[in-house]
Amino acid sequence: MPARPLSPHLSVYKMSRYSLATSILNRFAGVALSAGLLLLVYWLMSVAAGAGTQARAAQLLSLPVMKLVYGACIAAFCYHFVAGIRHLVWDTGRGLERSQSQRSAYLVVAVSIALTLLLAYCAFVLKGHAS
Amino acid sequence: MSLRTPLRRVLGAGSAKEGVQHWWQQRLTAVALLPLTVWFVVSLLALPSLDHATVTAWMRGSWTALLLILLVLVATWHSQLGVRVVVEDYVPAPGARTVTLTVLSFLHALLAAAGVFAVLKVALGAGA
Repeated sequence: MPARPLSPHLSVYKMSRYSLATSILNRFAGVALSAGLLLLVYWLMSVAAGAGTQARAAQLLSLPVMKLVYGACIAAFCYHFVAGIRHLVWDTGRGLERSQSQRSAYLVVAVSIALTLLLAYCAFVLKGHAS
Repeated sequence: MSLRTPLRRVLGAGSAKEGVQHWWQQRLTAVALLPLTVWFVVSLLALPSLDHATVTAWMRGSWTALLLILLVLVATWHSQLGVRVVVEDYVPAPGARTVTLTVLSFLHALLAAAGVFAVLKVALGAGA
């Protein structure tokens, strides 16, 4: 590694700054969803392999620990979805003023938490799909 | 003073003409994923159960199969674009970076192919 400072300087910023926290969270959520894709394709493949294989895969997919995984996927999806919309709005050149982006940061966090609770309620309580 | 000619500025292309390709593809796939993921989540929640008979009956619908294939392809492409940037940012050693990017590219290609294969197998009736 070169002896000069290299971007991104993760450790030199105050992560309490709303812009940094929302940005890095979006990245974490995106990477988590990439891992979630593995799960989606595994499930699709198990369905395609027939009823017996799917039943065996369902045993694995319905392990108690998987509830944590589904919860994390739901949270990551909701955050990435809402924060992604914020990025798309930025791409049109709107909302880039400091006060606006601060407001939208809180909005993104609030909306994604609400969305996560709603989806988790639907998936875990109403349908019991994830159990 | 800009050294770019007025024509070049009008055409909007950078020096290599493809500098915005990665950025633009990430946005295109993001926009496509908004309706696709909402459809997927709502559809899954609308299913009465996730047992084999219910899921295969759902996947045999032409629209379901079509949208699932689109979802798998667009999501893997979006994922590949995003993960690539993360690796480029945080893996500074050139060798490790190339190896990681290669492995991730292959993995995403495998995911895309497997997902499309699975949906087609069920939709076209080969899955028992």
